[in-house]
Amino acid sequence: MSNRITITAQVNGEKVTRDVEPRQSLVDFLRENLELTGSHVGCEHGVCGACTVRVNGEIVRGCLTLAVQADGTEVETVEGLSESGEIADLQDAFLRLNAIQCGFCSPGMLITAAELLERNPAPDRTQIREFIAGNYCRCTGYQTIVDAIETVAKERRDS
Amino acid sequence: MSDLKSNPVITIHDRPNSYIGRSVPRPNAKRLLHGRGSFTDDVRLPRMLHSAFLRSPHAHAEIVSIDTSAAEAAPGVIAVVIGKDVAEICEPYVGVLTHLQGMRSPPQYPLAMDRARWQGEPVAAVAAETRAAAEDALELIAVVYKELPAVTDMEAALDADAPLIWDEYENNLCWERLVDEGDVETALANSAFVAEAEFDFGRHTGVTLEPRSIIADYNSGEGKLTVHHSTQGPHMMQAIIAKAFQLEEHNVRIIAGDVGGAFGIKIHTYGDELTAVALSMLLKRPVKFIADRLESFTADIHARDHIIRGRMGVDADGKITAIDYDDITGIGPFSMYPRSSGIEINQVLNLTAGWYDIENYRARGRVVFLNKAMMCQYRAVGHPIAMALGEGLAELAAAGIGMDTLEFRRKNLVPDDAYPCKSVTGMPFEKLSHHATLEKLAEMIDYDALRAEQADLREDGVYRGIGFSSMIEVTSPSAMFYGVGGAPISAQDGCTLRLDAKGNVFCAISVTEQGQGAEAIVNQIVATALGVTPDRIRIITGDTDNVPYGGGTWASRGTGIAGEAAVQAGHALRSQILEVAGKMLQAEPASLDIRDNQVVDADGGASRLSLAEIGRVVYYRADTLPPDFQAELSATRHFVPKAFPFAFTNGMHASYVEVDVATGIVTPLKHWVVEDCGTVINPMLVDEQVRGGVVQGIGGALYEECLYSDEGQLTNGNMADYLVPMAAEMPDIEVGHLESPMGESELGAKGAGEAGTGGAPAAIMNAVNDCLRPLGGQITQHPMTPERVLRALGKL
Repeated sequence: MSNRITITAQVNGEKVTRDVEPRQSLVDFLRENLELTGSHVGCEHGVCGACTVRVNGEIVRGCLTLAVQADGTEVETVEGLSESGEIADLQDAFLRLNAIQCGFCSPGMLITAAELLERNPAPDRTQIREFIAGNYCRCTGYQTIVDAIETVAKERRDS
Repeated sequence: MSDLKSNPVITIHDRPNSYIGRSVPRPNAKRLLHGRGSFTDDVRLPRMLHSAFLRSPHAHAEIVSIDTSAAEAAPGVIAVVIGKDVAEICEPYVGVLTHLQGMRSPPQYPLAMDRARWQGEPVAAVAAETRAAAEDALELIAVVYKELPAVTDMEAALDADAPLIWDEYENNLCWERLVDEGDVETALANSAFVAEAEFDFGRHTGVTLEPRSIIADYNSGEGKLTVHHSTQGPHMMQAIIAKAFQLEEHNVRIIAGDVGGAFGIKIHTYGDELTAVALSMLLKRPVKFIADRLESFTADIHARDHIIRGRMGVDADGKITAIDYDDITGIGPFSMYPRSSGIEINQVLNLTAGWYDIENYRARGRVVFLNKAMMCQYRAVGHPIAMALGEGLAELAAAGIGMDTLEFRRKNLVPDDAYPCKSVTGMPFEKLSHHATLEKLAEMIDYDALRAEQADLREDGVYRGIGFSSMIEVTSPSAMFYGVGGAPISAQDGCTLRLDAKGNVFCAISVTEQGQGAEAIVNQIVATALGVTPDRIRIITGDTDNVPYGGGTWASRGTGIAGEAAVQAGHALRSQILEVAGKMLQAEPASLDIRDNQVVDADGGASRLSLAEIGRVVYYRADTLPPDFQAELSATRHFVPKAFPFAFTNGMHASYVEVDVATGIVTPLKHWVVEDCGTVINPMLVDEQVRGGVVQGIGGALYEECLYSDEGQLTNGNMADYLVPMAAEMPDIEVGHLESPMGESELGAKGAGEAGTGGAPAAIMNAVNDCLRPLGGQITQHPMTPERVLRALGKL
């Protein structure tokens, strides 16, 4: 455990350098070392999607990615995407349509939704359901989340 | 309240600019969408330690010895404790309720003492500087176990030669209850047809996305314990922790910040959580415990696990003559404290077929200790079982006499003009609407067209089924639920309102928010009662130092009970404000009203004063008010239901499914619910309570099961092997409403949190059987996995 490794990453646009244990996951690094607690730990084995973050523009599971793998990368979390306004329309639609209950899945769900709309600006409901099928929500029953993503896709196309 | 009498404006339903019945977004949800919530694991305190637990790898074993010396010497480790260390400062607890007569369970300690009795029972705990260091040290604890025979089959557990989980009891029975009304034998003997089946409901669990979480922070300087806790019942936990550690309740503060899903999982007494408290008290430092996913599966409460043999008789006209069943349920080695592990089966015995007019009813319920994870109340407690049993038998009976299932219900549902009345088991119903609900549902689904589509597709080899479930739901319970049985669980709730100096409103309420939107509902009610806009109200929940005493959020009680407290507090503060305004304006308070944050003339609505001006004068310029007048701008009101033990609601589900008869896979295509939960405050939130509940019900019906080996090993304690509903498999769910208000409260709201989960499994099962029936198959085992469906079809 004394075997620590120094990593440097751009996290939400800010350069950070820290010594980390090789075994530490990216989500634990974000939460424990950087106190960015918006990314959540749900299952710790890549099923629930609560820890979803972006590394170099691609969504990854923060629990299946090691902190050392983030060395030299750009990491974006829900905090950064909120600050930049990139997902503001999604956040607004999630609020308006109540695509949220306890909010524990929401950061990961929003980042996944943003990725879907990046890849496919006009997904149908089945495609939305399939794309978010790696993000577990115990509260909503998913329907309002699908509604919110569908609404934002349409609003973006119309604007 | 005297001013209210002179001011006849109001009930809450007469207010101008009402927010009642409007789909207002939740005021507190935005921060969660920005990753700026504060869940318990997000909280970091100075000198905080992290705890981890060594858990029994055996379902049943004697603990011969524990050597913690190597763990104590490990890097970063501050302390290691075992059962006796914690028992020295924490009293044991017993999970029985006195009104469940004859129930027994031995005293339970936070950590196993001489014997471990389920795989996952905590045996030792490490407190260390990091969670990783604590987990590393667990591997250095040497425990010598002597394995004992595990009792894992609920029926065999009652055999005379079964191994005993408790030496002090002569068998493994925890509790038994019998119900016998009318003359079941004669009624069945005289029936034209008797439907008969064995229903088997597997174990499942809550799988809250945020696991159980606690930070205990004992301040030895003032003898005060502060507990940050992901809980649904802060005052209940205050009472439990104070008692366990011999503290006065006012020296225990429970703070429930954001709670990442609860569903009844986070309202019990868990040994690991009490051990975190014990560690904090021993070390005089904050100690955090966050369950990992495996710990969630093995140490969170489980639910259901019933085997029921049931019969329902009908006469030639389709009238139900009698119901008769024997329900056995397997719990853990203890009855869970403080709610007991007997309430689920008690609900089954109370509620089954309670929506039908039945005179002859016989049931036996037995609760059996097992060497498996603890069992207790989880969303819709007993309802999924009661509905699936009652409605499963009903649709089998209808099929048996060749009657359409909706016609069968029209004949048997309690008439809408029969209320108030009691069920055969003695459950009093104030006002339900089964028939109106059925007709509304039949219209929503376009029943005849759906049947036609089903028939057409069947000719093409596509097997689709339509299933229904009528239902009742226990909501807003009175003190007859838990308080009467001796549990420190309040049935009342309170609301404190205060006008601040800028004319904004501070609202402290005793229910908690775990995502349902309790804060939004209260906001809408207070805004309406007072006459202010929702953005002017700050809602405070989940802090025993800062909210009135109350029960918390469970059993679909938040809106019905706390909502009424908010109504009355709103009226009281409004009267206070108008009294001040009357002094300032030299007007009769009754001639004034509050609308859109302004004091206005009640007649005509002309603006007279802003609330900010009232606040300014009362707080800063009291010298300008009459010398003999003391203004009050703060009011607290409470509400507890007394007229009925429960505010029963009713509803009905319809499910449309497709069964792939080659693979056994069941696909839910569409689901409809009509729900009568009394006054609807926020349709958007109610709809989502129903939809989320339906999906949880579908989970239990099709996917979710805690699978144990014969030796009591949980074999699927992870989210890859334990299947939960994900978005791709779930149908769209349409929700309709009827409103039969609660009479005792001005608000008239009941609860809606569990109707979805309670009714969905029955409807899904009936829909699957509607598919299988022409193929000669029948399934009454949940979850209805592909393998079980294929077995039902005789293909395996």
